[in-house]
Amino acid sequence: MPKQANFAALDGLHTFPRLLFHHAQTRPDAPAMREKYLGIWQTWTWSDVAERVRALACGLASLGFKRGDNLAIIGDNRPHLYMMMTAAQCLGGVPVPLYQDAVAAEMLFVLQDAGIRFAVVEDQEQVDKMLEVMGQVGTLEHIIYDDPRGMRHYNQPFLHDIHELMEMGRIHDRNHHDFLNREVEQGHFDDTSVMLYTSGTTGKPKGVCQTHAAFIAAAQGGVQVDKLGPDGDILSYLPMAWVGDHLFSYAQALVAGFTINCPESGDTVMSDLREIGPTCYFAPPRVFESLLTSVMIRMEDAGKLKQKMFHHFMAVAKRCGADILDGKSVSFGDRLQYWLGNLLVYGPLRNVLGMSRIRVAYTAGAAIGPELFRFYRSMGINLKQFYGQTETCAYVCLQPDGQIKFDSVGQPAPGVEIKIADNGEVLVKGPMLLKEYYKRPDATAESINADGYFMTGDAGFLDEDGHLKIIDRAKDVGKLSNGAMFAPNYIENKLKFFQHIKEVVCFGHDRDMVCAFVNIDVGAVGNWAERRGIAYSGYADLAGKPEVLELIRECVEQINADLVSDAMVADSQIHRFLVLHKELDPDDDELTRTRKVRRNFVAEKYKVLIDALYSGKTNQFIETEVKFEDGRRGKISADLKILDAKTFPIVKKAA
Amino acid sequence: MSKKIGDVILDLQNISLRFGGVKALTDISFNVRQHEIRAIIGPNGAGKSSMLNVINGVYHPQEGKIFWHGNERKRMEPHMAAQQNIARTFQNIALFKGMSVLDNIMTGRITKMKANFVEHALWFGRARKEELEHRKKVEEVIDFLEIQHIRKTPVGRLPYGLQKRVELGRALAAEPSMLLLDEPMAGMNVEEKQDMCRFILDVNDQFGTTIVLIEHDMGVVMDISDRVVVLDYGKKIGDGVPDEVKNNEDVIKAYLGAGH
Repeated sequence: MPKQANFAALDGLHTFPRLLFHHAQTRPDAPAMREKYLGIWQTWTWSDVAERVRALACGLASLGFKRGDNLAIIGDNRPHLYMMMTAAQCLGGVPVPLYQDAVAAEMLFVLQDAGIRFAVVEDQEQVDKMLEVMGQVGTLEHIIYDDPRGMRHYNQPFLHDIHELMEMGRIHDRNHHDFLNREVEQGHFDDTSVMLYTSGTTGKPKGVCQTHAAFIAAAQGGVQVDKLGPDGDILSYLPMAWVGDHLFSYAQALVAGFTINCPESGDTVMSDLREIGPTCYFAPPRVFESLLTSVMIRMEDAGKLKQKMFHHFMAVAKRCGADILDGKSVSFGDRLQYWLGNLLVYGPLRNVLGMSRIRVAYTAGAAIGPELFRFYRSMGINLKQFYGQTETCAYVCLQPDGQIKFDSVGQPAPGVEIKIADNGEVLVKGPMLLKEYYKRPDATAESINADGYFMTGDAGFLDEDGHLKIIDRAKDVGKLSNGAMFAPNYIENKLKFFQHIKEVVCFGHDRDMVCAFVNIDVGAVGNWAERRGIAYSGYADLAGKPEVLELIRECVEQINADLVSDAMVADSQIHRFLVLHKELDPDDDELTRTRKVRRNFVAEKYKVLIDALYSGKTNQFIETEVKFEDGRRGKISADLKILDAKTFPIVKKAA
Repeated sequence: MSKKIGDVILDLQNISLRFGGVKALTDISFNVRQHEIRAIIGPNGAGKSSMLNVINGVYHPQEGKIFWHGNERKRMEPHMAAQQNIARTFQNIALFKGMSVLDNIMTGRITKMKANFVEHALWFGRARKEELEHRKKVEEVIDFLEIQHIRKTPVGRLPYGLQKRVELGRALAAEPSMLLLDEPMAGMNVEEKQDMCRFILDVNDQFGTTIVLIEHDMGVVMDISDRVVVLDYGKKIGDGVPDEVKNNEDVIKAYLGAGH
């Protein structure tokens, strides 16, 4: 497989352990990791970290950990767990981080598949999970735990306190002084550096093997594009098993040499964020959304003067903030106003959000609403999207400074080649591609085509400036009966950005027009109805109110106006829609546990409604069985109104 | 899991307590051993809280003797209980609502502070060094109870279940050898109860603290207690390990009414 990153700049530092020891040598007193312990931030310098990694690696070796062994890592983001990753890599082993909130039975598959002999876990809770499945895993020999709390009565000989392991390692290191250096020397950039398991929404999870070269290339690219330096800080709070965290908190931190900060617990992330004031921050869109909501709610409680000031300057920011951030030309008057606003509103607000020092903030994982995106950028926070998969080290597209488009995921990152297949699928090639799926040559062969491109399974296109726009999962994309492309997710996401709409399901494959089911957001719509004095008795009643239907119709028509301006999707305007009488629910199998719509199941279940949409009826009676949270079953029925939405004529470009 | 239950540290003999003509407790005897979890149960008005108040020195029984570590205890005031390393929580939460969680737990350390009022007010000399030491202890309690995220939140803004946990935190901050818990799980949902149970067991196990608790939730009591004493109308009607008490005729009658 052709895989050569540019290692000239690295000067032989082409594995993660070498990078670590390099930092420890060149800047031993710079902070490498921080963790809050008993209310106070504790700092480990690079030389502290290197010393501990050395001890941990030697400790592992004295327990019998060998080159090629896989090391399971399970827990919240803790410095010792990150150190363990490097320790395993020192010995030529492969760290395998697992999602820490999974129950034991869910971990079983990965533990078996990876043939785990050694597991490093955070605390008693995870130890208990390991003990539960130990018999079934079979290969598991040693369990090492970080937090000794509650472990007093565990006296199994295969359980080790991480501090004991370090002590063992230090003794080993004294007796075999050259041992570790030799082991590190043997490490090669084409060795697998980490194995990350895919979530397995379709079938069993697969272990994605990534080499040192791949992750270092991905980290280097990102660090160059966003100019991340050794003086940076990042808050590491997303699951260690997730590729994004591995890229930011591990690969980039080691390549650029910045500091990772581990929050006290999952609940304290927000206050830790304020205390640390990171320079680089990652969060999924819903976190940015809830931050904005909390700001808005608190503003409503503020005094009249403050409110006036806030709204005035937010309008200024909306007008020119994003342009100023992008370095575009803005009138002097606006610049002056923005400067004043920065002094009075944006600056303090960034401070409250813990984003005063942010140089770049990233979001990915789901579509982010343009309004939301614009809000943060206009406030001077350099929020960006990126695009990538586990198989590509989460490194395919980046948004370079000054070229941020709200609806694209950016340009191909340095070293990455992108090609759009005939069926619209996005194909990528570059140094960051996976080595293989662990023990699955069949799957590896399936995912990489003859030319060496990885098939992402996403459908998208490159716009005139070479920015990639992702439309949908390739398998969901269909065609309307007139041959135009139909990408349901794309339209649904646009609609879901309205606060009143929670979920949408669009239909149109092999049909002459697009129709939609809409779920209202009961919180937002309920609030809206209350303010207008509209009385309602429950979800179904609220969803059927004529005023609410009108509200939704307005949203749909706005989207239609938006769609018509884009030639690719102009045919996908929504002609007819209805508002469902019940919320789509994972308990009723309508959504997956990660809240994605199970399209085919919904289409099957609500077939009468789809028929009604396409047969021109104005209303349709439906009765559905529902499962309540306590397991009881019931039936709810409603007579749903079907509405027509205004569509706009498509202006064909003159030939 | 085996733990070492030690000797009797608190022995109550023939306690009777009256408020005017009302007999709150009549001739009650029972003891508490070191490191055990001892539950006091009974229907409403059975005299459970009165019993706790007797142990704590709030009420003074008209009759009966109390032995603490083998020595007969004379009339005693609540602050003396605190000095003897007995800490308690209350049925109705008794925290300083306007103060932060951290400050509330810090009040649990007051008996351990040696600096005088002036030193504290001006924060110099001993007071300064002391506060740092005590803060460390308090942070350990916060860590133990997993309430880091509300460290700086005023107690009044917290949900009920968390306030209960903070109250336990204040009691723990005093590093008690005996902990009196008055209905630690009243008004909690199932999940909060599970958490509280775990904390009580952990306190008992990790610090070896002797625990006397009053609780209405029978499931909880039978699960976590080593021994249970049952009161009804101020009289003792049962005493023993959970299984014994569960099958005691009088106890069943008191709780479920007479059988048919």
